[in-house]
Amino acid sequence: MSIHKFKQVQLSHGGGGKEMNSLINEMFFKAFSNPILSSQEDAAHIQLSGATAFTTDSFTVEPLFFAGGNIGKLAIAGTVNDLAMMGAIPEYLSCSFIIEEGFAIKDLQTIVTSMADEMQFSGAHIVCGDTKVVPKGCADGIFINTSGVGKIIKQNISVKNLQTDDVIIVSRDIGRHGAAILMARDSLSLNSELTSDCATLWPIVEQLIAANIEIHAMRDATRGGLSAVLNEWASASDVGINVDEKAVPVSSEVQGLCELYGFEPFDLANEGTFIIALPRAAADKALEIMTQYCHCDQAAIIGYVTEEHNGKVILNTPWGSSRYLDIPQGELLPRIC
Amino acid sequence: MELTDLYQQFRNPDTIRALSESINKLASDIESNINIMEVCGGHTHTIMKYGLNQLLPNNIKFIHGPGCPVCIMPKERIDHAATLAQLPDVILLTLGDMIRVPGSKGNLAKFRAKGADIRPLYDPMDALTIAKDNPDKKVIFFAIGFETSTPMTAVLIDQAEKQQINNLLFHINHVLVPPAIDAVMADTNSKVNAFIGPAHVSVISGAKIYRPAVEKYQTPVVVSGFEPVDVMESILRIVQQKHADIAELDIQYSRAVTEEGNLTAQALIDQYLTIRDTFRWRGLGPIPNSALKLKDKFAHRDAEIIYMTNLPTAEIDDHKACQCGDILRGLSSPPDCKVFGRGCSPETPLGSCMVSSEGACNAYYRYAGVNHVHP
Repeated sequence: MSIHKFKQVQLSHGGGGKEMNSLINEMFFKAFSNPILSSQEDAAHIQLSGATAFTTDSFTVEPLFFAGGNIGKLAIAGTVNDLAMMGAIPEYLSCSFIIEEGFAIKDLQTIVTSMADEMQFSGAHIVCGDTKVVPKGCADGIFINTSGVGKIIKQNISVKNLQTDDVIIVSRDIGRHGAAILMARDSLSLNSELTSDCATLWPIVEQLIAANIEIHAMRDATRGGLSAVLNEWASASDVGINVDEKAVPVSSEVQGLCELYGFEPFDLANEGTFIIALPRAAADKALEIMTQYCHCDQAAIIGYVTEEHNGKVILNTPWGSSRYLDIPQGELLPRIC
Repeated sequence: MELTDLYQQFRNPDTIRALSESINKLASDIESNINIMEVCGGHTHTIMKYGLNQLLPNNIKFIHGPGCPVCIMPKERIDHAATLAQLPDVILLTLGDMIRVPGSKGNLAKFRAKGADIRPLYDPMDALTIAKDNPDKKVIFFAIGFETSTPMTAVLIDQAEKQQINNLLFHINHVLVPPAIDAVMADTNSKVNAFIGPAHVSVISGAKIYRPAVEKYQTPVVVSGFEPVDVMESILRIVQQKHADIAELDIQYSRAVTEEGNLTAQALIDQYLTIRDTFRWRGLGPIPNSALKLKDKFAHRDAEIIYMTNLPTAEIDDHKACQCGDILRGLSSPPDCKVFGRGCSPETPLGSCMVSSEGACNAYYRYAGVNHVHP
């Protein structure tokens, strides 16, 4: 029976029979169509040579739909971005769905369509996948796992490669995804035009690589936000990082939400914002390229690498004091008082 | 107007620098130390987060007070929450960091992971919806906080009564600031000679609640907002009082605080809650008349009464190495504690001052590091 005769996912859609075939053929294969996937072999037959980046990520987000994206867009952008941050061309992705019985078919279609749309920004292909349907109550709507491989075309980008006097650039205003997810939660009835930054970063990374910009480290600031990335870099490269607070771009909406709940934008997640460490001499050219591209018009130098206070990130305030910018811990919970 | 417009001027670098200069200039005429207790953990957070202590002269010392609702919660009350959450058909609701505070057998996050239905709320009013959506369960709101958050609990009780949501119960742990100030000052070792008064508490209660302390202890109390300019201006006003050798009640946070406070909120609280004979504060011990409980008339909503036979009664002291008690009394500073940043860190807190984002130890560790060396 055609998948579109159903309003909700049934357990039988994961049973390996006709219903599962109709789900895969009429929805997944249709959206993700390419010759490797369509061959329906037990494993994808792909050609890899040279240095290859390989990554995997599982996506569980509440709510599934938020301003600026959904779990599907996130699953593609997230994995593609992990490859891009290693200087790799995103090529092949796998995709596994774990779907809760009763999940709305139209929501699944929306998610799958947005995944197909998002892949066009990198040119990657989903070449294998898996579908499981679990009984009601055993999953929270839908979980998606994506893995990806890509050819590394820019070598030596590494968390351990920060060097003294490198400058730190952030590609755009921070904290949008975390703030958008908070806003989308049922209990927060706030009106705002805030949208997630969820986006594929390969097009801009491709331009930086094409311009032969020297990049020492590059990372998308996902969970843990800017604070987590900078602390990981400072620790892995055994250097200090100084950040100028007033240089960090933050939107009014994100700052407002932070004020309301006692959060800091540095700690909020991003899904289309990345940080680069590169030689000071390369900074102007990198910024010139970045600011020409969609979403990166606020790209800015926010700090620099030092030989002092190794392993720590220092935030310098606009009034002359300074403090540690520590890695966030525990659940992000609003202040009490 | 954008939200940022509301606070941007309160973080104006030129204003902060000018206040710093004025404080330094005036304080240089004063030989003795000015030991300022910021009662509220929010002010501790502001001082450390914005590095305001780095802009002040050496004779201004901060003493961090007992005004963090998480920090002052004794272990036996956390054990109450854990016990209630493990009862069949109970949903336990609470706020923020309370889920991470260690009780005698672990924190609420641990019991949640073991299967208890424990939910931290972003908006306390969600308690009404959760209770309505789960009519076959008892939904217990583990209510915490000072005068600031008490009105929200009162509103919840009010709505539960009016909407006849009979499965919404309360475990009340609301505490009061003035008895805590008395407890701090009653200690003969106390060095406190000025107070930054809590902001949000005073919006509800009015600044009048500090007047007895000003008169009894001859200490200035300046009720301050939470922004850097607020705190710096409040410090300046304290220094001005010290310079003039006077002790007065002053409201710096006049854009939100009046002498009388929010009378509507006070009336609603009085309708449902009454003074508890005594409440054991973490670090401060039992303080008479320092907390609230449900009035007898609303015993049908009081989880402490309904589940009395289930709840442990033993008082549980802190870990021997933990100096949270001295820190909450203003007798020690976080870096003085032998386990600060070693056995006790935000990842593995021994004491609740390290757990709460409003706790003094957490603020020191997060913003200034283990050795408390200014970066």
